[in-house]
Amino acid sequence: MTDLAIRIRGAVKRYGPITAVDGLDLDVPEGTCVGLLGPNGAGKSTTMRLLTAQSIADEGEIEVLGFRLPEESKAARAQCGVTPQLDNLDVTLTVEQNLLVFSHLYRIPRADRRAAIERALVMAKLEDRRDSRVDKLSGGMRRRLLIARSLVHRPRLVLLDEPTVGLDPQVRQELWALIDALRSEGTTILMSTHYIEEAQRLADTVLILSHGKAVAAGSPAQLVRDHAGSEVLEVYGPPARLAEVETEAGAEGLRTRRTGTSISILGVESGNGFALGGERRPANLEDVFVLLTGEEIA
Amino acid sequence: MAIAPPRQRIGRLERQALTGVLVREVVNFSSYWRSATFSSTVEPTIYLLAFGFGFGALVSKVGGYDYVEFVGTGTVATAVLFSSAFAAMFGTFVKYQFQHTYDAILAAPVDTEELVSAEALWMASRAGVYGCVPMLVAIGFGLDPAWGMLTVPLIAWVSGFGWACFGIMVAGFAKSIENFSYVVSAVLTPLFLVAGTFFPLDTLPGWAQFLGNVNPLHHCVELVRHAAFGWEGWTDLARVGALVAFGLAMWRLAIHAMTRKLID
Repeated sequence: MTDLAIRIRGAVKRYGPITAVDGLDLDVPEGTCVGLLGPNGAGKSTTMRLLTAQSIADEGEIEVLGFRLPEESKAARAQCGVTPQLDNLDVTLTVEQNLLVFSHLYRIPRADRRAAIERALVMAKLEDRRDSRVDKLSGGMRRRLLIARSLVHRPRLVLLDEPTVGLDPQVRQELWALIDALRSEGTTILMSTHYIEEAQRLADTVLILSHGKAVAAGSPAQLVRDHAGSEVLEVYGPPARLAEVETEAGAEGLRTRRTGTSISILGVESGNGFALGGERRPANLEDVFVLLTGEEIA
Repeated sequence: MAIAPPRQRIGRLERQALTGVLVREVVNFSSYWRSATFSSTVEPTIYLLAFGFGFGALVSKVGGYDYVEFVGTGTVATAVLFSSAFAAMFGTFVKYQFQHTYDAILAAPVDTEELVSAEALWMASRAGVYGCVPMLVAIGFGLDPAWGMLTVPLIAWVSGFGWACFGIMVAGFAKSIENFSYVVSAVLTPLFLVAGTFFPLDTLPGWAQFLGNVNPLHHCVELVRHAAFGWEGWTDLARVGALVAFGLAMWRLAIHAMTRKLID
């Protein structure tokens, strides 16, 4: 039995009439990377806030690194690194000063401080920019610094809230490499994202959230197999035609989803002779995501 | 099965947490100390020049003192108020609302109580230093130095702690930065004017004198004046007590307000 870095049972968090987290169970085994995948408003960020006791659950049990929350949250936080969704670096300070401040906040002993800051600089690939003010850095550099800042004390558990949101593909790849390196060192990671590719590439286990509940969990490959089958037929056409295709496939007992420009017919590998012109492609996590979290924007 | 961690003591108001927040402030201060020092020095000097010489030309003596000396000691409290209450209100709100600094700090092993306390300690220390500036300027204009003046940084520190906590509390309760106008107009301006800084309170009507006596700024003004011109025994001790009580009450209220704001 693996030790759990995070254990949540039946967590409920309400904000007035809105229930942001609605009976959530979550296990994050030590040494794994778990992705929280869900549309905006599914409860990902609230879950992250619950784990640092910046939100207090109305019901349920939460344990982080064996500490009960919220009572023992401070001890848990000492061993956690948190990368927030919103950049909250001190922009008038230099790269190095930002790391220095957090080496104090995370209580690194004086003798180790210098080395910890150097290590974080290397990790963020910002050795050459150590004396640059943060407001002079590019978006990608800032995000690397934000992540490195949360790793300065070598945390056992890292919480990444939408680590690559709003960044261009090159910068995202850079950050994925950084996160992957962390994972291979054995650091436990909980990462929230609404980018499918990010979850598929980095997460050992993905938890799909919808309306504050976990609607599915498993490895990306297993989720695709269980919920979307292996092959998908992509049919393109004008909107009226797509509506017809949807009805026809439905009559054949096949599941469909809209992509905006086409209809995806799932599970066509079952060989029921469904003869429609279109492009065949392997099923992917996005199919699962849309099937489970709904097509309509909440 | 969850990991069984080595039990560590989880204390309140831990030194390491306070230090962490203070280090952030000190490092930040290195990037804006010039402007802060400029405004904290120039503002009281202007008050001193405007009132001391403008008004001083009409009245040479107030309460037995030269008017320049009267205002020079009184504006210590003004400098304390400006460098603590105002800095706390705006600084706290900006760090919470726009820079999201407190989200980052509270994700580290720092609790709201420690965050608020460290911020207040920092602003109190600034007030302790900047509060002395008007008195030093007044010495330049002829105020006689006295040994008692060595207690002025401490008086300014204790006052500054209370006003910093007051500012943090206001920022904690404020829904938007516009709300500050109510506090500035309805609370800070009247207290600033009936503190005995520019005119003595004993010529005012009874209700205004009462207001003056519950005004922590007035106690700061009187203590500084007595530090320069001679102590008044038990009365001054009671004033110190009032400032300490004000500081403690505001401290708890500030923690309460910020906990409501930061932890949901």
